[in-house]
Amino acid sequence: MADFFNEGWSIAIAVVVLISIAACGLLLWSQSKVKVKLGNDGKPLPAGTTGHVWDVDLMEQNNPLPRWWMWLFYLTIIYAVGYLIVYPGLGSMQGSFGWSQAGAYEKEIKDGEQQYGPIFNKFMNMDIPAVAKDEQAREIGQRLFLNNCAQCHGSDAQGGKGYPNLADNDWLYGGDPETIKTSILNGRHGQMPPMAAAVGSEDDVRNLANYVMSLSNSAHDPIKASLGKSKFMACAACHGAEGKGTQALGAPNLTDKIWLYGGGVDNVMETINKGRSNQMPAHKALLGEAKVHLLAAYVWGLSNNSAVAVTQAEAGAIKQIANAAVEK
Amino acid sequence: MKIIPIVPAPMTEVELALFEERRKIYPRSQKGWFSSWRWVLVFFTQILFYGGAWLHWNDRQAVLFDLTTRKFYIFGLVLWPQDFIYLAVLLVISALSLFLFTAIAGRLFCGYACPQTVYTEIFMWIEKKIEGDRNARIKLDDAPMSVRKFSLKSSKHLAWLALSLWTGFTFVGYFTPIHVLAQEVFAFTLGPWEYFWILFYGFATYGNAGFMREQVCKYMCPYARFQSAMFDKDTLIVTYDTARGEPRGSRNKKVDFKAEGLGSCVDCGICVQVCPTGIDIRNGLQYECIACGLCIDGCDQVMDKMAYPRGLIRYTTEHALERKLDNKSMWRRVFRLRTLIYGSILGLIILVAALSLAYHVPLKVDVMRDRSMPKVTDTGAIENVYRLQITNSHEEAHKYVISVKGAAGIEIVNQTEIEVAAASVIPFPVRVRIPAGAAEIGSNRIRFVIQDINVPKINVTEKAVFLVPK
Ligand code: SF4
Ligand code: SF4
Repeated sequence: MADFFNEGWSIAIAVVVLISIAACGLLLWSQSKVKVKLGNDGKPLPAGTTGHVWDVDLMEQNNPLPRWWMWLFYLTIIYAVGYLIVYPGLGSMQGSFGWSQAGAYEKEIKDGEQQYGPIFNKFMNMDIPAVAKDEQAREIGQRLFLNNCAQCHGSDAQGGKGYPNLADNDWLYGGDPETIKTSILNGRHGQMPPMAAAVGSEDDVRNLANYVMSLSNSAHDPIKASLGKSKFMACAACHGAEGKGTQALGAPNLTDKIWLYGGGVDNVMETINKGRSNQMPAHKALLGEAKVHLLAAYVWGLSNNSAVAVTQAEAGAIKQIANAAVEK
Repeated sequence: MKIIPIVPAPMTEVELALFEERRKIYPRSQKGWFSSWRWVLVFFTQILFYGGAWLHWNDRQAVLFDLTTRKFYIFGLVLWPQDFIYLAVLLVISALSLFLFTAIAGRLFCGYACPQTVYTEIFMWIEKKIEGDRNARIKLDDAPMSVRKFSLKSSKHLAWLALSLWTGFTFVGYFTPIHVLAQEVFAFTLGPWEYFWILFYGFATYGNAGFMREQVCKYMCPYARFQSAMFDKDTLIVTYDTARGEPRGSRNKKVDFKAEGLGSCVDCGICVQVCPTGIDIRNGLQYECIACGLCIDGCDQVMDKMAYPRGLIRYTTEHALERKLDNKSMWRRVFRLRTLIYGSILGLIILVAALSLAYHVPLKVDVMRDRSMPKVTDTGAIENVYRLQITNSHEEAHKYVISVKGAAGIEIVNQTEIEVAAASVIPFPVRVRIPAGAAEIGSNRIRFVIQDINVPKINVTEKAVFLVPK
């Protein structure tokens, strides 16, 4: 703002405001009297009309406002002056209360923290599995999840293409309470570089993809897979020689049937050719540690149903996940 | 040298204040048919207002507008913010009733049921009991301050203030439970807003009914300003029958006034003295007239005394006066096309609102589809995730079963039963699956049916779309 306004502008605005107020008062005062003709008897004639006549006989009647109403007008002027003394409004003057929009916002945030902080802090001192057992914590956790996480991971936390399922037992970075909390606090940046150059020709990539599919016993061509096995060297650095993944790096386990970007040879080929980049934003600054603690407990509870006294909703969801896993 | 005398030119103009100083009105108390009706309405409305707050229902206040939890309790009915439509309907009904009653009989509402009139009426009654009627009050006001004057005035104001505070207290009692409020008042533990609103509403009552009175009707009330748009020549209004009354004049009861060329008006001024807005109805219909009918009561009594027929001032229509209609044809014109249309629209809306309230289901569901892409399972089935916001607006816990319709084989993957605690809202994620090929690519209409397990009557059907990717 300082670039656009200097002291001169501020003074100019203040002067305009003050002149306007004074002019309103002057107008009121000058219009509160009316000239009335005297009759022959020396008494004023009734001020029945204002003397304006048009369309032959349409006349403007003089229906005076009550006097108390006029005082109300003066009162508004006094109010305006008082307001400008107390609140900002006169150029860049602060007003004696020192009120500002940003200040009001900060105060509200502070008040909110004071009011709700104790609720969150209560759980801060409990370890995550204990928090997950608490019904109130779960309710708060669900609300936080729906407002902050469901946009990517889905309302039922089961994720989607590119967004991990949080309700199963498969974890990219580890599913223990502290790791989940770290993921939410600091975010994660999962990156798989394009590997086509390191692997070789398109056929090599196809063979490798078939080999990857064979790791989890998914549909694949055994001949191509055996041809691709040697190419897996390029992948082993992250995914491990057996393809079991490395949680420290966030490298997915390739031996299960859980695919972040979809299974099948074609999808895997695309992943090998172009690489993948995945970003989970850090929530520490957004939510604060206490809320993240609750969220971590909620998320941990989703896949640790035996460890928490679950609600019906969660029990059902978990049963379904279990059923789905059995079907597979 | 010749001296020219300076003669002041005769003054032809003076400056006067444009704003009118208020002339205090001392309405004389009046008994009679219309006056009785006014008191009936005073009692009716005030028993409702003062008493209603104390009624109990289901272990809670029967009528309570709980702003903090945003639930409005009206006996068995609990309205949530989502039921705001009923407020809109109530306003429409009020507006249409105003149209209807105004078209039929002018400012009936003003004279009889408007809180401004009703409280002014009560305050004037107190004033009369303490200071006496019109003449006594005028005399008291003119007299210099004395012990008697001071004690009369102060007891009047004390009585007014007590009633005002009670009114403010009752008003706040509709928004915060009145039993608790009463205890807080006596323990001096009211919250700042409760203090503020009790005092504010009390002060408004004291000021409006004690001091502002007809000024509110004349200068502040918008209804007074646009009522003329709803009047026509068949609207019943309080009118002075000029043809019969004029020329007015005092007379000896024994002399035949017709022979003296006089009309029926004896110019006693009663009609002016009783008028709470301080007008002379004999000057014709004026916007200040609140149609209270007190001048009718007053004049009728004078007519009785004079042994003249009643009705020099009466409820009649402009047409009836002009065309000298008899009562029957006047009333026929009162129920004319316009009022019949108002009436039937009003009746229809009331009927629809009553039916909808009678079939009001204490369950509400909002369906939101997750923004994420639909998921394709191994078998090619498509899954969409929805968030159902289930509101149980009943004061008991309910168990619901959720089903989904709209495509062959469509099903809910996770659980389908959910219990919602009394008067609460829960978010409920639902994963819906459609087998491969059972729905077309693009958006498909589906419906969620949420039904109470024990009371099948309580059910809600909500539309949603199901996306099938290419
Ligand atoms: S009360 Fe009736 S008789 Fe008396 S002045 Fe009024 S109109 Fe005339
Ligand atoms: S003129 Fe008659 S009806 Fe109208 S306000 Fe006065 S007393 Fe009431």
